This record gives sequence, structure tokens and C-alpha cells, in this order.
Amino acid sequence: MGKRVGMEVAIAASEAVALCNIDVAAVYPITPQSHMAEHLADIIHDGRIDAEFITVESEHSSISACAGASATGARVYTATSSQGLMYMHEILPIVSAMRLPVVMGNANRAVSGPLNIWNDHTDIMPQRDSGWICMFAENGQEVVDMTIQSFKIAEHPDVMLPIVLNIDGFQLTHMIEPLEFPTQKEVNKFLPPRKPFASLHPDNPISMGCFNTPDIYAETMKAKDTALHNSKKTIVKIWKEWGKQFGRTYKPVETYRAKGADTLILTMGSMGETASIAVDELRKKGAAVGLVRLRLWRPFPLDELRAAIKGCKTLIVMDRAISFGGAGGPVGTEIKSLLYHDKGRPRIVDFIMGLGGRDVTVNDFIAMVERAKKKKDETYEYYGVRE
Amino acid sequence: MKKVFGKPESLKDAIFHYCAGCGHSITHRLIAEVIDEMGIRDIAIGIPPAGCAVLAYNYFDIDMLEAPHGRGCAVATGMKRTLPDKLIFSYQGDGDLAAIGTAETFHAANRGENITVIFINNAVYGMTGGQMAPTTLLGQASTTSPPGRNAILDGYPVRMSEILALLEGTKYIERCAVNTPANIIRTRRAIKKAFQYQMDDVGFTMVEVLSQCPTNWKMTPIDACKWIDEVMALSFPPGVIKDIKGKG
Repeated sequence: MGKRVGMEVAIAASEAVALCNIDVAAVYPITPQSHMAEHLADIIHDGRIDAEFITVESEHSSISACAGASATGARVYTATSSQGLMYMHEILPIVSAMRLPVVMGNANRAVSGPLNIWNDHTDIMPQRDSGWICMFAENGQEVVDMTIQSFKIAEHPDVMLPIVLNIDGFQLTHMIEPLEFPTQKEVNKFLPPRKPFASLHPDNPISMGCFNTPDIYAETMKAKDTALHNSKKTIVKIWKEWGKQFGRTYKPVETYRAKGADTLILTMGSMGETASIAVDELRKKGAAVGLVRLRLWRPFPLDELRAAIKGCKTLIVMDRAISFGGAGGPVGTEIKSLLYHDKGRPRIVDFIMGLGGRDVTVNDFIAMVERAKKKKDETYEYYGVRE
Repeated sequence: MKKVFGKPESLKDAIFHYCAGCGHSITHRLIAEVIDEMGIRDIAIGIPPAGCAVLAYNYFDIDMLEAPHGRGCAVATGMKRTLPDKLIFSYQGDGDLAAIGTAETFHAANRGENITVIFINNAVYGMTGGQMAPTTLLGQASTTSPPGRNAILDGYPVRMSEILALLEGTKYIERCAVNTPANIIRTRRAIKKAFQYQMDDVGFTMVEVLSQCPTNWKMTPIDACKWIDEVMALSFPPGVIKDIKGKG
């Protein structure tokens, strides 16, 4: 293991990408991802890795360039945020359908309009159905580790799917944190060079992204769905491997002081750290409250979630996005739907909060736990939002 | 004492957030002065970009509609088609107009939409922190081209004014600058001409403004003004590029 350093998380994400020895980065700068783009440019221009840095004119082109490069067998990375991710939207399901293992860092930021550059999850949630593996990091160390893991997972022959790693904008990208980087030797041992199942080369002609008529399109969709569900096995296996080599373990669903809790708070991303302090405060007062962190969003880790919430009476879902005119936040809605048939399932309280960079403090979590106690039904509710 | 100078009525009592020496403030003021002078404040509608000028609606005391990044000309087209009697202008930087919004700009120009584009060219992506733009000069260092723009990797500076001038739909395109008093006066004249053409239903007009960005160029404001004349103008020569009514 390399030495411990203090580093901005956006810069650290790019350093982790460099350790993975990528071949191509195609990036269009957007706040709060810009430092990731700039630092990658520095690394490549300084000759620290032998890679192409493509200064594309938009995110639509950055993800398309990544698709092209990945199809030739290259190891490819891009990073974006908010409007950039929305602009990529058209290409995302094409990348997953072609089974191209592109890795993307997404500095989560609210989506326009109105224009807002601060953190929430309204950018990633509309991409939910794109067929990408979708993960959330809670802190800088997880960003470093999960970036490296992502290449191994995405390129694994049993997976071959693109991955988006969510890194909360500003709240995480712009923090300076103490981080441990693995050495290049250690990463090389963990992550061998990409061995594509199929790649474009004149010596071995293939066609990719072919037109699908009605008699085959549905089978292609089913195959993608199956591939995404099946990827969980490999994700868990690779996370175990990582734990063995580096001593830090990763699971699809993680818990904090959840044992014996009658109330559980569920978070995704950087919010988990604040929520864990709230859990400590509440436990001090004798309340049986714990925390569940959803690291993996796609494929959805249903079995792991069931195990994590077993025995709890109230599950409070913290949703940082909203499905307008629908049943609530995307996470709360989905969990309600998945647990619908479970006997003795907990009451699910879905709060929409922390939109557009609105702070959610320790006291806010405590207040939401209090509010959840009083709440009679399971309809979603905005927390801390003025009428 | 006779009052000889004042704030244009088309500007609000708000303090510009722009960096010291930035060309946006000057250009904002020129647009407001022209709107006042032409008496078109009640019919002028502006479209600010994504970029440093995203908050332009905090400064102009006219109707404004924020367009998504790069979509200024498409939004302007929709507005002008439904409100042909209004003066519609988009205000766009080089990232907005020449990178992510190239297609919208090109096709609005090609259709000859009767709109005016104020194009701020500062040779970098300003707001996101000085990354390479399509307009970045060869050899110019930016945060995504640290050793300087390299034509082999990054291509050449895109001259949008010359490219758009080739389209039959464009009627008046002039490249100006706001780095010296003389250039500022010329820019003011160009903006007025473009707005007048639009009022006269002539068609698509654009004023490109070479605009100093001392912060991202890492220069003093004075050096940045000099750099426009001494370096930037060699790649982006100021002048009338197309004028179907005049000589250009």
C-alpha cells in the first residue's frame, strides 16, 4: 500500500484512473467535475500514462468517443455531471447494449431548470434504466478504491457492462481527505490489461450495434437485463478480492449500528457519513436507530437489502431526487415496490430532501427520524422545504 | 453642471460579478447603451448562455430567458418566429456557441433566422476554469492543454465568424474587440448595426467580440488587453467579415 496523502477527491479520482493505465479519456469540462478533467489532462500531457486525451466539444461526443475507443478494445474513462450526463442520455443505453466496459465518474449535481450547480441525485436517477452498473461512493477513499474496482468489474468477461460511479458534487469532489493509494504494482496485480471478448479490428471483422428488427429487439433487451442482474455475482466477487488484497471490504448494501434497530435510515452517497453521526447521537439517547447504505443501485441488491433491514419496523429512505407526479422519490418508490410482497416488511417512509445542494445536517436526520415516528401513512414527504 | 455620462437605463442597479478586467462588463454595457439609444427596451429580449455570463439577467433590465448550454440560437429561433416584432438576441461564449452549440448556431444561421448573436470569444472556457475551447489559440496553455494547444491532438482555432459568413443565410457578421477605447466604440457601432438589421428584417446577424479574460489567461488586465491586439487578433482578425448591405 502506498503512503497516506491529503488530496482533493476529484484529483484523487483522476489519480486512481491513472493507476488503471487507461488508453483513452474523452472529457468535456463541467462544474463540479472540472478538476477531474483538468487533472487527467495534466497526467496525460505529463506523459505519466500513455493515453489519448480527447478534448471533445460536448458530452454527447465524449461518451460517443468512449464508445468508439472501447469498441476497439481500449480501456476508456470519462467523467461528467448533471447537464452533461443528461446530454449523454441518448448514448448511454447504446454503450450498455454494445456491452462496452466504459467507466464514468459522475460528480452528482442538480439538473436544470432552474439552473443549479450544487449536489443532489437528480442527474443520475433519469439514467437508471440505461443498463449501466450504477454505484455510489461515500468518501474519498471509496472513490479511489471503487474507480479501480470499476475497471475490473466492467471488463470482466462475465459482466462487460459500463459503470457509472457517483461522486457527490462539491460535498465529495471538492473535499480534501486523507487517502491511501495502492501502488502501481499492487494495481497491476489486481487489474490485468483488458482482454476484450470482441473488438473491432480488420483482421477479425465483426459488426457492433446492429439494427434490430421486432423479431430480435426484445431478446436483446432481455439479454441486457439478464446481464445486469448477473453482474452482481461478479461485483461481489471482485469486491471480496479487493478486500483480501487491500483490507477494505465493499458490499452492495452496508450497515452501521443496524443490529437490533427498529428504525433504519437508508442513504446513498456522501450523506451516509452525516447520517452515521446522527445514528450515534440517537443511540446515545437510547433510540434503536441504525443506518443502511445502498452502495449498489444497479443491479439492485434486493437480497442484501432484505437481509440488512430484517426485523426493523420503520425504514426511512432519503431520496435526493423526485419522480414528478409519481409515487415519490425513485429510491423509496422502488424499495416499496420490491418489498411489496414481503410479509412483515417495515413501514417505508420516503423523504425527499437535500435537493440542489440544500444542507442536510445531523439535526435534520434526527428530525426526520422523529417525523417518521409520527407519520401514519407511507406517502412521500418533502423534508425542510418551504410551502 | 451638465451630466454627460450615466448608467444605461437598460442596466439594473446591480454590481457585475465579473473578474477585474473582464470584457463581459464592457459588452453588457454596450448592448444596454444601444438598446437605450434605439429606444427598443420594451421590445428587446435577451438569451444568456451557460458560462460566465449566465447571470446576465441580473444585470439587464429587459426580458431575458436562460437557454440550456449551447441552445441559444435554437431558443432565439422559437422566440423570433412567434414574436417577429421583438428584438431577439442571444449572448453566447465560445464554449456555448462554438463547442456544445455549434450545430444550433450553424443551422439557425443557415436558415437565415432574423436574430442577432453577440458572440464573446475569450479563447477559453471561462466559468469552468480556463479549459481549452475550440477558439483556443495554437500553443495557448489551458487547464486541459497544459503544454499549449497542439494542432495534431486538438485541431485548430475555430473561426466561427468566417465559417458562418459562408452560409447564404447570414447577412452581417463583424469581429470586434473590447480591449481599447477605439475598439469599444467600434463594437458599439457593430451591435447597433446588427440590431438595426434585425429591426429592418434583413436576417441573421452576429457580432463576435474578442474579450479579455485576465483570470484564465493568468495576466494582468492591461496585459490581457495588449494580448488581444498582439496575439489573439492574428488568429482572429477584427473587421467586417460579411455585410450584404455594406461593403464587407
